[in-house]
Amino acid sequence: MDFTLTDDHLALRDAVRRCCDGEFPASGRGLPESTETEGRRHAAFAGLGLLGLQVPPAHGGSGLGPVEAMLAAQELGRALAGVTWLASAVLAAPLIAEAASPAQQDRWLGAMAAGSLRATLALEEPRMRWALHDLRTQARLGADGWQLDGEKAGVLDGGAAGLLLVLAAAPEGPTLFAVDGGDAGLSRRPYRLLDGRCAAHLRFAGSRAEPVGRPGAGLELAESALDRAGAMLVAETTGAAEALMALTLEHLRTRRQFGKPLAAFQALQHRIADHAIALELLESMAGVAALSLQDDTPQRRVRGVAAARTLCAQLGRRLALDAIQLHGAMGMTEECAAARYAKRLLVNGALFGDADFHRQRFAALPSDLASQGDTP
Amino acid sequence: MRLAFTPAEEAFRLEVREFVRTRLPADIRRKVELGLRLEHADYVTWFRILEARGWLTPGWPVEHGGPGWSPIQRYLFDEETLLGGAPRIIASGIQMLGPVLIAYGTPEQKAKYLPDIRASRTWWAQGFSEPGSGSDLASLRTTAVADGDDFVVNGHKIWTSYASWCSMMFALVRTDPHAAKPQEGISFLLLDMASPGVTVRPIRMLEGGTDLHEVFLDDVRVPRVNLVGALHQGWTCAKFLLGHERTGIAGIGSCKQQLARARRLSAQQGLDRDPAWIARLAQFEIELMALEATALRLLSPGQRSPVPQVEASMLKVRGTELRQAIHEALFEIAGPHALPFDADALFLESLAGMPAPPELGTLAANLLDSRKLSTYGGSNEIQRNVIAQALLKA
Repeated sequence: MDFTLTDDHLALRDAVRRCCDGEFPASGRGLPESTETEGRRHAAFAGLGLLGLQVPPAHGGSGLGPVEAMLAAQELGRALAGVTWLASAVLAAPLIAEAASPAQQDRWLGAMAAGSLRATLALEEPRMRWALHDLRTQARLGADGWQLDGEKAGVLDGGAAGLLLVLAAAPEGPTLFAVDGGDAGLSRRPYRLLDGRCAAHLRFAGSRAEPVGRPGAGLELAESALDRAGAMLVAETTGAAEALMALTLEHLRTRRQFGKPLAAFQALQHRIADHAIALELLESMAGVAALSLQDDTPQRRVRGVAAARTLCAQLGRRLALDAIQLHGAMGMTEECAAARYAKRLLVNGALFGDADFHRQRFAALPSDLASQGDTP
Repeated sequence: MRLAFTPAEEAFRLEVREFVRTRLPADIRRKVELGLRLEHADYVTWFRILEARGWLTPGWPVEHGGPGWSPIQRYLFDEETLLGGAPRIIASGIQMLGPVLIAYGTPEQKAKYLPDIRASRTWWAQGFSEPGSGSDLASLRTTAVADGDDFVVNGHKIWTSYASWCSMMFALVRTDPHAAKPQEGISFLLLDMASPGVTVRPIRMLEGGTDLHEVFLDDVRVPRVNLVGALHQGWTCAKFLLGHERTGIAGIGSCKQQLARARRLSAQQGLDRDPAWIARLAQFEIELMALEATALRLLSPGQRSPVPQVEASMLKVRGTELRQAIHEALFEIAGPHALPFDADALFLESLAGMPAPPELGTLAANLLDSRKLSTYGGSNEIQRNVIAQALLKA
C-alpha cells in the first residue's frame, strides 16, 4: 500500500483549490445556488478540465483515474460545491465511456466534457430504500422504439440535466436507457436536499428512450457507477470535514468564557483531538475507496468502497453533530458556516446508502481475516 | 498511489510467513493463540531463532545488526509474525535501550551491552515510572548522588515490566534537584540488578499476571561509567527512546491477531449466524482497515514521514482503543464460560483444570489485561492532550 502523491497530483489539487476559492467565496459556501450560478460554476469546472477528468482523450477528456477524481472531490467538498460535477462527471461520464455505443459516446461525451451537456443517473424509485430491487419503471419496445413509464426519486441535478440515464425493467432484465431532458413525456419536480444541493423527482409517461449498454446489464453498470460516486462522496466528506474542523478550531481559539479561550478547557481539547483522529481515518478511507475502484474484481471494489462509505457515514455524522455542539448556540443558527458543513456531512452519509446499508454489503463478502489469521 | 503491496513486498511477506510457520515452536504458538502467559524461556527461544535469521532487531541500524528494512517491511514483519502466532518482541533492551545506546552510548557501553541484548543473554528493565510519577514522568524523585567513581541511587520504581527476568535496568534518576525545570536535572543510568540494595517485588495484577514489579533502590552504587549521555541530560535520551518505536505503535498486527481469533471463536460458538454479531465483526474489520490504511499512509514517502509526534499519538489512541473493543467482543463470545476464574488462569496447566473450553477460558483475563493498552506508553489522555495542543496552537 502506498499513498504517495506525485507532483502532477499536487498540481491538480492546487488548481482545483484555486478555482474553488474563486468560485465559492467563503461567506456563501453551502447556501443554495441559483440555476444561473450553478451553470456558471459548471462552466468553470469545464474550463479547468474537471468534467472530462475521466473522459477518454478521444472525446476531449483527460482520461485520468479515480485518484485524480478523488483529489478534485476533496477540494469540491471543502468548497461545498454543488452537485453537477458528481452527477455528470462521476455518475454518468465513466459509465457512458465504459458501456455506451461508439455513436452515443460521440454524441454525449465531448459535450459533457465541454460542459454544454449535463447528464445524470436516475436509479432509485420512491419505494426503494437504496437497494435497487423491485424495479417498477418499465421499458417497452413499441413501433417507434423504446418507451419508458415510471418514477424516479432523488435524481441528482435531475431538475436541469439534459441527459438522463434511467434504470428500467426490460425483457432482458434491468437495463439503462437514455432519455432526453426535453422529452415530452418527462415531468420533473426539482427540490433541494438537506444541504441545499439540487435533486429531483422524475416521472416518465411514454418517454422516448434508447438503451445504453448491453440489455440486462443495467444493474451491474448502475452499481459500479454508484461505487464510483460513493468513493467520491468519501473524498468530498474528507475535504468538507477538514474545513469544518478548521472552523471549529478557530471558534475554540477565539471564543472566551470564564476569562479564557475555550481551547484551554481539557474536555473540549479531548473532543477536538477525536475529531482530528476521525479526520485521518476518513482521509485514509477516501484513498482506499478511490484505489479500490481500480481493482478489476468487483468484490474488491465493493469491499473497499463499502468499508469507506460505512465509516464515512458514521464518522461524518459524529463530526457534524459534535461540531454543532462545540459551536454552542451559534452552531444552531442558519448563518453559521459550520452548520452548513455539518449538513453536507449528513447528506453524504446517506446518499446512495447509509452506514448500515454499506456495512451489510461489506459483511456479505468474504473476510480478509478468514484466510489470513487462521493458524491451524 | 496504490492499494497493493509491491511484488517485492509480497515476496517478503511470504518469506516471513513461511519462516514463522516452519520455525516457531508449536508449544509457543499454542500459548499465544490461547492468550496464555509466556515464560521467559519461551521468549528467549523465539528471540534466538529470530536473531539467527538476523530479524530480531528491525529497529537497529544495519551496522549494529539491524536488517535494513524499509518501514513497510517492518510493518509486514510485525503483522506476519503476530498473525502466525509468534510472541511480540517485548524486550525493552531490544526495543528501547539498544537504539538509545547506539545514539548516545560510549563505544565501551555499546561493546559491552549490545551483543548481550541481541543474544538475549541480558534482559533489561525499564526504570522510569515511580509511585508519584506516572503521566508526569519528569516529576520523578529517585536520586543519584555522585560519590567518588560511583553514583549512589535511592528511590522507588514501579510498573517495571518483567523485572524478575532482568539482570540490568536503565533508569531515569534525578542528579540535579536544583535545576530550573524538572526535566533538566535528570540523568540516564545503567544499573546492575544484582547490586546490593536492589529489591524486586512482583505486583499481582487484576487478571492474575505478575509481569509488573516494584523495584526498591536503597543506596545502590552505580559506577559513573554507566551514565548514558551527558550528566543531567537524561531526558533527551528518554524522549528519544519514547519517540523511537513509532511504526508499530498502532499495534495493527495484534489487532488482526485478535480479530482473527474473534472470527474463529464466533464461528465455533455459532455466533456467525446472528446478523447483529456479523455486523459487529464487520464493523471491527472496517475500523481495522481504516487504521491500517492510516498507518501506511503516514509511512508513505513524501507524506509526513518520519511519523511525528501527533500522528504517532493518533495511531496509539485509535489502535489501542480498537484492540480493547475487540477484547470486549472476545469476552462476550465466551459468554458464560468467561465467568469461572482462577487467578492462575493464564498458565496452561491451570487452564486444563478449568470447566471452560481452553480457548474460552482466557478471554476474561485477556480483557482485563488489555486495559493496560490505553494506560502505558503515555496514557491515551496524555496522547489526546498532545494532539489537541498541536491543533490549537494559534
